[in-house]
Amino acid sequence: MRKFLAVLLSVAMVLGVAGCGSSNSSTKADDTKDAATTEAASDIKVGFIFIGDENEGYTYAHVIGAKEMQEALGLSDDQIIYKWNIPENEQCYDAAVDLAEQGCNIIFSNSFGHEDYIIQAAQEYPDVQFCHATGYKAASSGLSNMHNYFTSVYQSRYVSGVVAGMKLAELYGADTDVKIGYVGAYSYAEVISGFTAYFLGVRSICPNVTMEVKYTGSWANQALEKETAEALIADGCVLISQHADTTGAASACEAAKVYDVGYNVSMMEAAPNYALTSASIKWGPYYTYATQSVINGESFETDWCRGHEDGAVWITDLNEVAVAEGTKEKVDETWAAIDDGSLKVFDTSKWTVNGETITSTANIDGYNGVEYISPDGYFMESELASAPSFQFIVDGITELNTVY
Amino acid sequence: MAKDNLKKEPLMRIVKRTKNSTISNKMAVIVRVVAILLALIVCGIFIFVLTKTNPIKVYYGMIEGAMGTNRRVWNTLRDTMILLAVSLAITPAFKMKFWNIGAEGQILVGGIATAAVMRYMGATMNGPGLFAVMIVVSIVAGMVWGIIPAIFKAQYNTNETLFTLMMNYIAIQLTSYFCIVWEAVKGSGTIGTINQETRNGWISTSFLGNIFGQFNYSINVILVIILMVVMAYYLKKTKHGYEIAVVGESENTARYAGINVKKVIIRTMAISGALCGLTGFLLVSGSSHTISTNTAGGRGFTAIIVSWLAKFNPYMMLLISFFLVFLDNGAVQIASQYGLNESASEVMTGIVLFFLIGCEFFLNYRVVFRGKHEEA
Repeated sequence: MRKFLAVLLSVAMVLGVAGCGSSNSSTKADDTKDAATTEAASDIKVGFIFIGDENEGYTYAHVIGAKEMQEALGLSDDQIIYKWNIPENEQCYDAAVDLAEQGCNIIFSNSFGHEDYIIQAAQEYPDVQFCHATGYKAASSGLSNMHNYFTSVYQSRYVSGVVAGMKLAELYGADTDVKIGYVGAYSYAEVISGFTAYFLGVRSICPNVTMEVKYTGSWANQALEKETAEALIADGCVLISQHADTTGAASACEAAKVYDVGYNVSMMEAAPNYALTSASIKWGPYYTYATQSVINGESFETDWCRGHEDGAVWITDLNEVAVAEGTKEKVDETWAAIDDGSLKVFDTSKWTVNGETITSTANIDGYNGVEYISPDGYFMESELASAPSFQFIVDGITELNTVY
Repeated sequence: MAKDNLKKEPLMRIVKRTKNSTISNKMAVIVRVVAILLALIVCGIFIFVLTKTNPIKVYYGMIEGAMGTNRRVWNTLRDTMILLAVSLAITPAFKMKFWNIGAEGQILVGGIATAAVMRYMGATMNGPGLFAVMIVVSIVAGMVWGIIPAIFKAQYNTNETLFTLMMNYIAIQLTSYFCIVWEAVKGSGTIGTINQETRNGWISTSFLGNIFGQFNYSINVILVIILMVVMAYYLKKTKHGYEIAVVGESENTARYAGINVKKVIIRTMAISGALCGLTGFLLVSGSSHTISTNTAGGRGFTAIIVSWLAKFNPYMMLLISFFLVFLDNGAVQIASQYGLNESASEVMTGIVLFFLIGCEFFLNYRVVFRGKHEEA
């Protein structure tokens, strides 16, 4: 299985090159889809398959993106069909084919585990475009109507880490060696990449901070996330962040008077005095781009990934009562450096693994022979394919459990 | 004196229906229909308060959702058959008054066994041989899971309710274990679709395509319908079925009649577990093509309601399963169409079940008002 996966991944990488991150990716070689006949905007139907609903931050961010797309393209309400709370099983397939049968021209799905079912539906409906967020199989699936999309969310993670670092510097001084905590969902690249970026952001301000990560094994479990955050706080972590979809961690932080950095949505409602900001994604640009392409009858990217420079990621409004002085200036400065390319989040001089600087990934287990380290000395996250691939546990980070 | 009597007597009291005051079959049907109508009215009010939409339109949306397209009809049928299969599986145990609430776990182990065969043998063998192996191992796995509590019950008179419930947790943990062992991407917790490229070990969805259309679940339907007829025959017409009924009524009577109660308990649970395991096969091979802790999806518990509401009659179970699945699948559509949250549809299913089960009360008991004396 491992071998098979390795082959699959490397094929995906090779095909996906030029897909992501580069700014002129409109000239794609692998987009061989015959331009479908142009659809009038008023005839088009768009389907969404969501793992949750508006009550859960991750899906809520997608809903906002969908609404932005609807407004930008002037679509009416009945041109958009939502399927809520679709689990990662055959119900996803049922939902996808049902949307296709309802006449949807393009169908989006937002959870990692949906991918196989979306591919299964894409095989059956070659005229319908299927787009799957966070997945990695589109390029290798051999289907011209299958697409993956994600954003350079690691940029916003890094900046939210800067906000956290500023707070730690204010509380304990910049040379502090306090411990911070992170509530993770699963232990694969998407989550690891996120918390590493966040950690490097914190360390850009306070270089001696360490971090503990504890996984929940679930994308959205309010009670469990709260419990996990409480356990981290009890373990001595003085600031908590998360890659999980509910406000569980934030509410634990407010109760324990511990500062918090959220994900997807502002946590200010759950932790009015202790939420600093949240790393977040704007899905609107992709939804608009993909749907517009279908309206125009144009083919569009198999692997789409954009960052802050294209308005695809951001951090939610800073909580004025909680953040340290000068945070806003520091944030603006960091964004500017990311946008102009002078700051690379995964700069290899900023992190080590077992005390060593990584200079090549080609021979490291888990990277399938692919070289992710750029000659310019940084890990090329999301540049080869849209899904994150950084999976080193860097020095300074301790995983408390690895079951998931 | 009469006045005192009146004071002491409560306004109304509840009396169990005796042989003399049973309700006629016709009346029973009327009561149930009225209960469903009342439930629909309450649901209508609920919908109207929430959405200010015409409830009739919403009900129409439900019909659309469950039966609106060819594909939806087949999905509804597929889900009906799975629920029916679990209900049939647990019925012998419940008829014997063996409270098997472990169907969930028995389904899961059957599913794990099926998934394992698909993963490890799917590449080297295909066709009837592969299916034969999958069916056999799923049945054996379910049977083992069912037989363990039965042996303890028969030998040591342990509490089967707790025992089967605990077995569920073991099965769920086993499933999570295999989800991690087999996961597609390390750390992601999902194993994805098994044999996506080859579709080896997937029950064909184009069987008799020229009759049922190119996409259908006819194999699932045919298998479960056969199971239903066999189960009806087994319970009503065979010696085994009779023994189950007697043990269910009274173990002492059964013993007095010379029935080996221990043997009946173990044998019946073996059948019950085996059929649950087979349902696990149907779920994994027939629709989901993967295994996760949600594969059974609470059906092991819903099936208990189905079985009891049907009074252990397999044909009634078909109707009730269909009704519940219809509500469920219809509700998904109205959630999508009217922006109602999925939970709203669960509330509606809850209301309907409340009325349906509630009306059973009035079929078994009657209310006597003050002053009206029974004519014994």
